[in-house]
Amino acid sequence: MAMLDIKDLTIEYPDRHGVFQATKNVNLTVNRGEILGIVGESGAGKSTIGNAVMGLLQSPGRIGQGEVYLDETRLDTLPFEDMRKLRGKKIAMIFQDPMTSLNPLETVESQLVETIELHLKLGSAGARARAVSLLDQVGIPDPEQRISQYPHEFSGGMRQRVVIALALAAEPDVIIADEPTTALDVSIQAQILDLIRDLCREKNVGMILVTHDMGVISQTADRVAVMYRGKLVEIGDTKQITQNPQHEYTKALISAVPPSNMRIDRFQHVGFGKEGGGLKEFDLNNHWLGQGRSDEKGDAAILQIKDLNKVFKSTSGFLGSKGVETHAVRDVSFEVSTGQTFGIVGESGSGKSTIARLITGIHKPTSGQVVFEGLDLLARPKSRQDLLTKRQIQMIFQDPYSSLNPRMRVENIVAEPIIVNNLAGSRAEAISIARDLLQLVELDDTAGRRFPHAFSGGQRQRISIARALASRPRFLICDEPTSALDVSIQAQILNLLKDLQARLNLTLLFISHDLPVMRQMCDQIAVMRYGEIVETGDAEGIFVAPQHSYTQDLISLMPKFERLG
Amino acid sequence: MDTLKQFLASDFFYSFRRTPVAVVSFCIAVILILSAVLAPVIAPYNPFDPATLNLMNGFSKPMEPNAFTGETFLLGTDDQGRDVFSTILYGMRVSLFVGFAAVLLALVLGVTLGLTAAMAGGRTDAIIMRIADIQLSFPAILIAMLIFGIAKGITPPDMRNQMAIWVLILSIGLSDWVQFARVVRGAAMVERQKEYVEAAQLIGRGPFTVAFKHILPNVVASVLVIATISLALAIIAEATLSFLGVGAPPTQPSLGTLIRIGQGFLFSGEWWILFFPATTLLLLALSVNLLGDWLRNTLNPNMD
Amino acid sequence: MFRFVGDPIENMLGQERTDADVERLRDQLGLDDPFLLQYWNFLADAVQGNLGISFRQGRPVVEVLIERLPATLELAFISALFAILFGVLLGVYTAIRSKGWLTNLILTVSLVGVSLPTFLIGILLIYLFAVELGWLPSFGRGDTVQIGWWTTGLLTISGLKAIILPAITLGLYQMTLIMRLVRSEMSEVLNSDYIRFARARGLSERTINFKHALKNTLVPVITITGLQLGSIIAFAIVTETVFQWPGVGLLFIDSVQFVDIPVMAAYLMFISVMFVAINLIVDILYVIVDPRLRIEGAN
Repeated sequence: MAMLDIKDLTIEYPDRHGVFQATKNVNLTVNRGEILGIVGESGAGKSTIGNAVMGLLQSPGRIGQGEVYLDETRLDTLPFEDMRKLRGKKIAMIFQDPMTSLNPLETVESQLVETIELHLKLGSAGARARAVSLLDQVGIPDPEQRISQYPHEFSGGMRQRVVIALALAAEPDVIIADEPTTALDVSIQAQILDLIRDLCREKNVGMILVTHDMGVISQTADRVAVMYRGKLVEIGDTKQITQNPQHEYTKALISAVPPSNMRIDRFQHVGFGKEGGGLKEFDLNNHWLGQGRSDEKGDAAILQIKDLNKVFKSTSGFLGSKGVETHAVRDVSFEVSTGQTFGIVGESGSGKSTIARLITGIHKPTSGQVVFEGLDLLARPKSRQDLLTKRQIQMIFQDPYSSLNPRMRVENIVAEPIIVNNLAGSRAEAISIARDLLQLVELDDTAGRRFPHAFSGGQRQRISIARALASRPRFLICDEPTSALDVSIQAQILNLLKDLQARLNLTLLFISHDLPVMRQMCDQIAVMRYGEIVETGDAEGIFVAPQHSYTQDLISLMPKFERLG
Repeated sequence: MDTLKQFLASDFFYSFRRTPVAVVSFCIAVILILSAVLAPVIAPYNPFDPATLNLMNGFSKPMEPNAFTGETFLLGTDDQGRDVFSTILYGMRVSLFVGFAAVLLALVLGVTLGLTAAMAGGRTDAIIMRIADIQLSFPAILIAMLIFGIAKGITPPDMRNQMAIWVLILSIGLSDWVQFARVVRGAAMVERQKEYVEAAQLIGRGPFTVAFKHILPNVVASVLVIATISLALAIIAEATLSFLGVGAPPTQPSLGTLIRIGQGFLFSGEWWILFFPATTLLLLALSVNLLGDWLRNTLNPNMD
Repeated sequence: MFRFVGDPIENMLGQERTDADVERLRDQLGLDDPFLLQYWNFLADAVQGNLGISFRQGRPVVEVLIERLPATLELAFISALFAILFGVLLGVYTAIRSKGWLTNLILTVSLVGVSLPTFLIGILLIYLFAVELGWLPSFGRGDTVQIGWWTTGLLTISGLKAIILPAITLGLYQMTLIMRLVRSEMSEVLNSDYIRFARARGLSERTINFKHALKNTLVPVITITGLQLGSIIAFAIVTETVFQWPGVGLLFIDSVQFVDIPVMAAYLMFISVMFVAINLIVDILYVIVDPRLRIEGAN
């Protein structure tokens, strides 16, 4: 018999519209020393399973049906106090965000010792010794010293190690890890996954690894359960699921994952979760959108950046006196050719988003040059034509939930750039163009009358694209445009961007931390670290033969989801 | 029609319907406000028309015929024979007028300054918020009294009674803007970080349009909550000032003035002269506060 | 301001005055000096502890203020104690038992408390405990004991009895505010990741509530509570009027009515000094509670 046995589990959330079932009749088992991955997109119900096993479903959630066994003990009917004693002792949990998982006002020692003393009878000296040894096991250097520090004195990756040490405190049988590396940078992510895998083997612990990331699953899990809208659609060995999926949904999911080892032209779309209905056919020569557009391609640089620097000064203290300085962008130079996609890749804090905001003029550079179509963007615009040229740079943002004004109707959002810049004869014409643009990004006819909250993340990203197009841009900056989206939606948005680029001869500046996505999208790539570009080159070249040691590290540590042929 | 239908189907209205406290306090507030507005129609007597007053009617008990004249008054009369029910209606008019006007003043001032602070940032922000902090550490009532004191000094004595109401509005409004400014600034700072603001700048919107067209509609929820709570506070502040004798004059009594007058009779047995105005004040403030509390929970805007 | 607020001489001397009297007093008070010089003299004197002479009482303001100070400070101290103690207790209770009927009752009653103006609460308490029941005095400080320049009412039975009603009246509003603040902060903390993680480690509810959650709640509560308590002293104006409590608040309201500028100015200065002092204490407390600030301070 399996160590952890979940039978026929249905989790319900009653609300004003009735009872919502977060999971429906899910059956899962986990053995000792085994890592079971649960993968799925948002709304699949994967996280609630972990919470239900722990007996920590957030109100008003409840187990509607089913049984949960740990060895011979039935967990779901256990009284609260008995269940509490098992938590941490038999089943432990690792949370997503290490920055918020630890009590900021208590030392690491206090939190560890408290947990150890609660579950193991070791005495205070013994508990402390064990705490130090745990920190050592999770790879924290100099544990004797660091144990007496507070959480804020640890970096994100180190904090997640502390969280793992806390989960291991009482030698649990099962660990539930809920997106344990999602909040971490790529290089840290690889280290934490290695640590988790090794600890499971070493201590013979069973683990449920909940994640949305196929790369993480394929590198870490022994078996994979695929969930879709609360249902378990497929379960099997990792290799079988990733190489030879059976269920239609799994196939769609796998085909939407950007492969790390090759560039594919387009993501194939499979019937599941398709939001748009194919690019609408426009005769661009006759449409507003096609006016004043050129088809020139080639080596002419549309954007030139020279020796760009940005120093942020944090203001603090009485009446805003000057504080600390941060050099966010340091001596950055590059050129983007017309019609191409130029990628900037880097980890958090590398300065890649700051560059986007220096180009758009949201931030003023400390020094350097930004030239777009021969126009110095840092100089004060001399004519209306200069202003209109400047507006030809538009941007698609990272967070679809904050990039649309929630108080405006969608058609007004899309029409606003046309109206502000007097690009159409009348307001009515502007609205009608806006509706066309919404159709161009594959939204239906009624979309314009509604407010943003009526749309999903992917649909909102389409609205965002339509708004950018309403300025008749030639240059589109995409700042992590899909990092907040599910992988199948990501594939659709990336396809849409590629199609629009081809039809409108757009130049893209694509900013991301996600190397496999970059490989699919970019012609040229610049790799950034600490505000500097360490390497620039042809995209395939960067992946096949990286020159700089940092690029080599990034490429070797990126989550690998490879596709054959 | 469409908008109405949308409103009736919204979560907001659903939450209202499902919260009896909200419904009841809304009804009470509406009834009180309406009866204050319609006081000249509803009130059985005009308490400020000396011609209708009869000193013989003084100290009539509620619902009992007066010993001398045989007249019956719903809530009794005061020492001068004025009908308590009518004075309450007219008093509420003064209280509500001062309350609403003061909140309006504080709202306009606070929202403008808060929004300016959030959008301008840097030194402007620091100066505005420093002033707000300093003012916050002095209770509203103290600031109101100071303004009142100054105003009393600069207005000629024969104008004082006429000016009193406006001085009240000014002093309460000026002492209350800080709440609006702080909350609007906080909420606007959150909004300003959002990408739609950047998008608006990118398509060529100037800072003024961004602030008032894009950000302001998104902080309305916070403003609404603060305005409701402030209304209750302003009504109470007005009553307190009038009670202390630095508010509405006896010729134009507010609920606070009525309580000040009634206090003198409490210990001699004429409890109704105090009791009914006090209860009205409590009902008014409580229903507005309960509404504000419910709004805060429902709209759940980002607030300190 | 000095220009506009009427002529204090008239208030001081009353009907039976001669022109010579007026001139002498004017000169003594320096009222004929230019406005800026008056202000400068005021500042210079203030630094030396001389805040001028009360127009109304004809005595040095400092003397008048110090005489009244102990009454207000004792009242503020007792009501602050009352407000913090019950405010935190009720706030924690309502946060932990967020759904019970008692919680709903406490919250509703607290709203009634916020909706009742302080003076009405005072009148109600007087009516109930002084007039109807006759247990407690309705006005004044009771018997006081002199310790140096400080007069205290806390050492006599009648003094203690006298302070109960004013202290509750003054503290009630602050108590409700503290309670609501503690409740909302603590509910937020109880929903945070580290509390969920603490629960997932099997810690008992008691440890979670009182070791992890309460301390984190106190960090933001300390600042706001500190500033709230600062305003208790100024709020005392109303309470002191209702209970005829011989403190600086009563002094201030008299001075407003008689346009006694030196006393008003001195009172405001006193409030400002209290404000600065309380801010300082709050900052120090903050550093003690929050380790993150200790590190920043060290850098």
